[in-house]
Amino acid sequence: MEKQNIICIACPLGCKLEVEHKKNGIDDYIVTGNKCPRGKDYGIKEMTNPTRVLTSTVKIKNAHLCRIPVRTKGEIPKGLIFKCMKEINKVEISGPIKVGDIIIKNVLGTGIDIIATRSM
Amino acid sequence: MVNYDVVVIGGGPAGLAAAIEAKNNGVNNILVIERDRELGGILQQCIHNGFGLHIFNEELTGPEYAERFIEELYEMGIEYKLDTMVLEVSPNKTIYAMNTTEGILNIQAKAVILAMGCRERTRGAINIPGTRPAGIFTAGTAQRFVNMEGYMVGKKVVILGSGDIGLIMARRMTLEGAEVKAVVELMPYSGGLTRNIVQCLDDYNIPLLLSHTIIDIKGKSRVEEVTVVKVDENRNPIEGTEKIFDCDTLLLSVGLIPENELSENAGVEIHPLTGGPVVNESMETSIEGIFACGNVLHVHDLVDWVTEESRRAGKNAARYVKNQLASNGNIKKTYAGYGVRYIVPQQVRVANIEEKLHLMMRVNDVYNSAKMVIKLDDEVYKRIKKNHLAPAEMESISIPAKDLINRSFTTISVELEVEEA
Ligand SMILES: Cc1cc2nc3c(=O)[nH]c(=O)nc-3n(C[C@H](O)[C@H](O)[C@H](O)COP(=O)(O)OP(=O)(O)OC[C@H]3O[C@@H](n4cnc5c(N)ncnc54)[C@H](O)[C@@H]3O)c2cc1C
Ligand code: SF4
Repeated sequence: MEKQNIICIACPLGCKLEVEHKKNGIDDYIVTGNKCPRGKDYGIKEMTNPTRVLTSTVKIKNAHLCRIPVRTKGEIPKGLIFKCMKEINKVEISGPIKVGDIIIKNVLGTGIDIIATRSM
Repeated sequence: MVNYDVVVIGGGPAGLAAAIEAKNNGVNNILVIERDRELGGILQQCIHNGFGLHIFNEELTGPEYAERFIEELYEMGIEYKLDTMVLEVSPNKTIYAMNTTEGILNIQAKAVILAMGCRERTRGAINIPGTRPAGIFTAGTAQRFVNMEGYMVGKKVVILGSGDIGLIMARRMTLEGAEVKAVVELMPYSGGLTRNIVQCLDDYNIPLLLSHTIIDIKGKSRVEEVTVVKVDENRNPIEGTEKIFDCDTLLLSVGLIPENELSENAGVEIHPLTGGPVVNESMETSIEGIFACGNVLHVHDLVDWVTEESRRAGKNAARYVKNQLASNGNIKKTYAGYGVRYIVPQQVRVANIEEKLHLMMRVNDVYNSAKMVIKLDDEVYKRIKKNHLAPAEMESISIPAKDLINRSFTTISVELEVEEA
């Protein structure tokens, strides 16, 4: 049995959740402290596979700035954030770029692309 | 002298939304003046996500949010000038501006919309003793260096102040390989949103030291160490709790101040608590035909509310130009009662409200489970239950015009009724 305290960030209320993991044959998660059902989903996801959107910048040539902002086009596993930063930092692109253009396809095999977040 | 119907000062999200909405309401002769090399304002450096949940129903980054409005401005053919600094606005709405290609510009407007945003408090404003070495930045300046110029500001970082910019920069610096030793906050609660504490600090095991402050900075040419100390309930340092952090960079995230030199010189009345102009239901300042919106009016944490408020300013500037705004008349006041720090707008002319009156406010402390009580003079109009209220999160209330028309009252107040835990 494993217990973890998590603050729910699915809405501004920020409920203090306690997620209990029971391993009796099948995995079972018990969430307490949530004021609504979304908190339960969030709590279980944070325990099993926490994910985040990652935002950063990439080097760019032929533009009025030398960095262009990018983000993952969806959430990636939290554990891959620093690996993903390494991939992002390897890239150097050249303008013009449109907002939404794919900068890295399927980063680290996650199925998620890295896209530009502005035109430059 | 050139003439425009509406001149918008500042091309950030506030100025963009106001200009677009003025055009949508039938004014064609509009000019946006921006001192930076591009439109978008502060959003261009806010590369993190979390913008637009209310307006677009999706989570965008700052630049994406800005680009949607910039594109719309282009498509509508609204005129704008970049690299142009407004130097002065006169009470009769003459604007003096300057740029390197045209020199001094002299512009006459029928209506002016102030949308200059805010600036960061600096170290001088909060008086930390110690030497003055390099390596001390406001968090927003560091954000601009890192995100737009690609220039890393330091390796070992301490952040003073837990406002959202400080939290966002704690994560950003960590991702770029710096070690963020701590975020130090004077108050017993954070000045930032909970989601930012979780995503920016907890995710990266960055300690948040509440009720702490920095009492000394050491370093010859570059910051070498800072001394952090715990404070008591009166915010006085507690002796014997000093901790020394070895660092080369100190970021300050100690608050924002609305940028109102232009407004003050024009003679616009400034509210002592918001630091921005006193406005009425139409976002009009104490000078007829001069409107204000966005961070220049009061500091916002969510750009979505900036957009909403600015649309109101733009629409009403258009109504003013078209002579559809009743000037003076019967002026009601808003009053921030117990637990509420301020309310914007401060004045209300009921005749000008279209559909609903929107009140925006901040509370002065963290409350779990309280009621917001809206009163017309002494009579309770409505009680709204709130599970959670915090100074970092702006609250808004709207009151249908039909509930205000034909009622005799002089003051609309909002106060908190706090239940015992
Ligand atoms: C670091 C940071 C992080 C934030 N994070 C979030 C977030 O995660 N989610 C969210 O929803 N909101 C966030 N916000 C809030 C939101 O971005 C701001 O509230 C919003 O950008 C304010 O818009 P504005 O147009 O009033 O001001 P600004 O964006 O500051 O624009 C003002 C513009 O006016 C121009 N100007 C000023 N003076 C003059 C002059 N004299 N002449 C000509 N031009 C002038 C400036 O150059 C600037 O471009 C954040 C804000 C900051 C500062
Ligand atoms: S549990 Fe529900 S109410 Fe509580 S913070 Fe999460 S989403 Fe909000």
